[in-house]
Amino acid sequence: MSVPGPTSAAEPGRLRLRVRGAVQGVGFRPYVHGLATRHRLGGFVANDADGVVIEVEGDGIAEFVEALPRQTPPLARIDDIAVERVAAMSSRDFCIGASIGGRVTTRIVPDAATCEACLAELFDPGSRFHLYPFVNCTHCGPRFTIAERLPYDRATTAMKRFPLCEACRQDYENPLGRRFHAEAISCPCCGPRLSHGIDDIAATLAAGGIVAIKGLGGYQLLCDARDEQAVQRLRARKQRDGKPFAVMLASVDAASEVAEIDLTERALLEHVARPIVLSKSRHHLAPSVAPGLARIGVMLPVAPLHHLLFHALRAHVCKTAWALVCTSANPSGEPLLTDDDEAQATLHDIADLIVTHDRDIVIRADDSVVAIVAGAPSFIRRARGYVPEPIRLARAVPPMLAVGAHLKATVTVTRGDEAFVSQHLGDLDTTQAIRFFEETVQHLTSILDVAPVAIAHDMHPDMASTRFAHGRGLPTLSVQHHHAHAASVMAEHGLTGPALALVLDGYGYGSDGGAWGGELLSCDGAGFRRLGHLAPLKMPGGDRAAREPWRMAAAVLHDLDRGTEIGTRFDDQSQARHMPMLLDRADGPVTTSAGRLFDAVAGLLGVGAVQSYEGEAAMKLEALVRETTTLDHGWTIADGVLSLRPLLAHLASDRLDVAEAAGLFHGTLAAACVDWITMASRATGIGTLVLSGGCFVNAHLSAQIVRGCRAAGFDALLPRRLPPNDGGLSLGQAWAAGLHLVRNENLSGEIV
Amino acid sequence: LSHGAGGRAMAQLIAGLFHEAFGNEWLARGNDQSAFDVAAGRMVMTTDGYVVSPLFFPGGNIGSLAVHGTVNDIAMAGARPLYLSASFIIEEGFAFADLKRIADAMGEAARAAGIAIITGDTKVVERGKADGVFISTAGVGVLPEGLDLSADKARPGDRVLLSGSLGDHGVAIMSKRQNLTFDTEIVSDSASLHDLVADMVAAGGQGIRLMRDPTRGGLAATMNEIAQQSNLGFRLLEEAIPVKPAVAAACELLGLDPLHVANEGKLVAVVAPEVADAVLAAMTRHPLGRDAADIGEAVADDHRFVQMATSFGGGRIVDWLSGEQLPRIC
Ligand SMILES: [Fe+3]
Ligand SMILES: [Mg+2]
Ligand SMILES: [Zn+2]
Ligand SMILES: [Zn+2]
Repeated sequence: MSVPGPTSAAEPGRLRLRVRGAVQGVGFRPYVHGLATRHRLGGFVANDADGVVIEVEGDGIAEFVEALPRQTPPLARIDDIAVERVAAMSSRDFCIGASIGGRVTTRIVPDAATCEACLAELFDPGSRFHLYPFVNCTHCGPRFTIAERLPYDRATTAMKRFPLCEACRQDYENPLGRRFHAEAISCPCCGPRLSHGIDDIAATLAAGGIVAIKGLGGYQLLCDARDEQAVQRLRARKQRDGKPFAVMLASVDAASEVAEIDLTERALLEHVARPIVLSKSRHHLAPSVAPGLARIGVMLPVAPLHHLLFHALRAHVCKTAWALVCTSANPSGEPLLTDDDEAQATLHDIADLIVTHDRDIVIRADDSVVAIVAGAPSFIRRARGYVPEPIRLARAVPPMLAVGAHLKATVTVTRGDEAFVSQHLGDLDTTQAIRFFEETVQHLTSILDVAPVAIAHDMHPDMASTRFAHGRGLPTLSVQHHHAHAASVMAEHGLTGPALALVLDGYGYGSDGGAWGGELLSCDGAGFRRLGHLAPLKMPGGDRAAREPWRMAAAVLHDLDRGTEIGTRFDDQSQARHMPMLLDRADGPVTTSAGRLFDAVAGLLGVGAVQSYEGEAAMKLEALVRETTTLDHGWTIADGVLSLRPLLAHLASDRLDVAEAAGLFHGTLAAACVDWITMASRATGIGTLVLSGGCFVNAHLSAQIVRGCRAAGFDALLPRRLPPNDGGLSLGQAWAAGLHLVRNENLSGEIV
Repeated sequence: LSHGAGGRAMAQLIAGLFHEAFGNEWLARGNDQSAFDVAAGRMVMTTDGYVVSPLFFPGGNIGSLAVHGTVNDIAMAGARPLYLSASFIIEEGFAFADLKRIADAMGEAARAAGIAIITGDTKVVERGKADGVFISTAGVGVLPEGLDLSADKARPGDRVLLSGSLGDHGVAIMSKRQNLTFDTEIVSDSASLHDLVADMVAAGGQGIRLMRDPTRGGLAATMNEIAQQSNLGFRLLEEAIPVKPAVAAACELLGLDPLHVANEGKLVAVVAPEVADAVLAAMTRHPLGRDAADIGEAVADDHRFVQMATSFGGGRIVDWLSGEQLPRIC
């Protein structure tokens, strides 16, 4: 951005700046007003259909333009600024104009954690917001979760039921204040009310009780994370077996007592999105919080209510800092509860106290989960705090809707060169999840004001998302699962191809109908080619094998001609003695899955025969790794097929130390992949590489492959703005299908 | 069996085989068609093709299956089956003895059901043009006065009754096909259900909205079809659905959901809540309905979801699959 022509005192002139990005409802106009006034400029600032328009004249124009993008309010994001010279009008004063109407193309920003200024007011006895659990301003508070549609103003949010009191109105109308057009503001006089006193809630928690609270994006369940009995009670009541819980702590210092927090993690914890950050556990909490795992999910307070709770808990004795289990309040497998009546009905068996309030949650959003992978943040689940921030694409595509796959579902809507990926929607197994999915499509297209021209979906014929896509009366495009995984990473890194893609994943319906999952692809534009895959393994019992790693271990033993060991190795499994018979079949299902390979190794090493939650075996295997090592001649590559048979034979034969074996598996798999990629790169001449698929949430595997690629002379790009698992799939579908539409007249079909 | 040369001799041989096996007055007259008296009231007619592999399985073969299947399609209207036709496409080289076993099983099944196969046809095709034997059957039956069962008649609040355990036929076929042996042999449930249906109609009359036999695609496909046609949803109770332990174990091994596995001797009825108990009692008194159970209810639902109720009142969706049970877990 530069100022056209010379600007000098001799030629004052007037500039019009058009600012695009997340610039509405975030305190941008007061910011511009302050900046212009400081530089003694005349003119105005106003919202319009594209964002914000500013006109300035006066001596300090150049400095103003220079400073504008530098000190923006915390929630503002500038995409670009267009500058043009207009006729001077000799304005002396600078004023804030009303919004200029027109078609809505601006956006709603994500929900943000309570800012420092609001926090100060929360605990200031002199403030009208003292101890008020709904304090917020243009720099913080709810946004996405209370917005019904555009334009974003109070009348289209959950705050419409709360008319402003006089004090709030003054704040709302004061262009110089932090609450100028803060659509969600309220105070104890005029705002929502909490159903219970903070001290009562704290007392219940301190006594080992389970408390449900209505959070930003849905109900949450809290209990004392140091009280093993309380945590076990929560597990039993929520019917949740081994899946880890996240914990909330009052501060980074408190978090550092339960996990090893490095600087990158600290920055993540303190980010306005307040994600759950997976960090190395010190194992100081109740063992049932995250059984058998090396990492623990920690987060800091998000909303004023959380701050108030920790404040009130200080009155109760605690050995060290208070740590609260903080988990979404939902029956296992179902979406987060947001409806008050439903919450009462469902949670009264789970929670000892249900804390609610009368501000509706318009759209649910789970807590986001992030971990540091290969030196930078990587999503495991992207939801509250990040949605609906767009991904900027390398080029504009026709308006698309992409519906993801089946697990960890998200949907994506494109608008020009922006892709909006929905919050994590969960698994589409239940009627509730499918309704949430449908609501989200409706909400997202509505807040973006977009009418999609086509729907992209997975190739799998029997997914609820596929069925949804075919029931809309719009042209549909099917995108192969692993192609979509690859395209997702390409989309966020602004790539159109050609690129190599290493997709290490669980399962996806292959172009040939097979069970794909460990794939080496070359992608270019809307198309892809399967360069290679992992050597197929039998998958006895289909999805059963994904839940029961011992089955994959049995398949490996059978493949190694050691099927006779299956019965004795897995004598606690009732089906083990029948397994050789099943594996002897010539026509049984096979898979090239990398996820199932992890399961097989976990099964062989006795890490877990049966999983109580998805990814448990692989996570426990990862948790065992102390250092990664490589087995010489541990793999072979022929005709693009990577076989780890020698490694598997080694892991199956020796009575190895499990930690050592886990390290050997991770290191050898990574080295084999680097070898595989290097060969493919040489053969194709393609030097760009993207990594994707659910296995890349594994920090050891990701770090080793990235390091190996770097040593081999090329950069490997990991997903950074979306999860590598199926949560990122809808973006890839939208990008591949969008590029297809750009180049083809034909609206429907299969992208190959 | 051979194709082409010597066709006439061969045709006579085959015709003789069927005449003997089906043994009835109509076939004995040797016409290209058979005449019978038309009953008063309403008749039903159905047709079906049978292409099962393997042809012989525990509990029956393609011949008995062809009779049971067609009898059941007639019975699901609440009708009494009367006459069947049968057409055979036979692959060249098929063993005469095997064809005789099939024909005998058909004759026996027809006699047991009190019906007659009164017309038929055979064709022998070149090797590779068929897989052993294919059978096409058609059947006619008569409806009791005033009965009009149809898949669009379910109403919210109606009960869903299932006549017995799920998955026996599909698992028997699969085990045989894939050479799997279990401690307890799994036997197909293939049977004619018209007698059971007659008892149900006597007990429930017009309170019976509809009946279906959950064959290919299993109970899941059937319930989804009804949901579509009646424009409502179903809420089923997993614990209430009978599955034999041996079948459950085999399904567990193979990774199959018994809800999607085929049955050939079971029916599902949607009945008005007032008659549900009476119909269920009539079912459990009949040998083919011994394990009958009330497995759920029809509910108003614009999504037409078939769901398995959980203890939380929510529901796992029971899908309608386009083919085999594919994995989904990524
Ligand atoms: Fe995937
Ligand atoms: Mg039929
Ligand atoms: Zn604030
Ligand atoms: Zn107020």
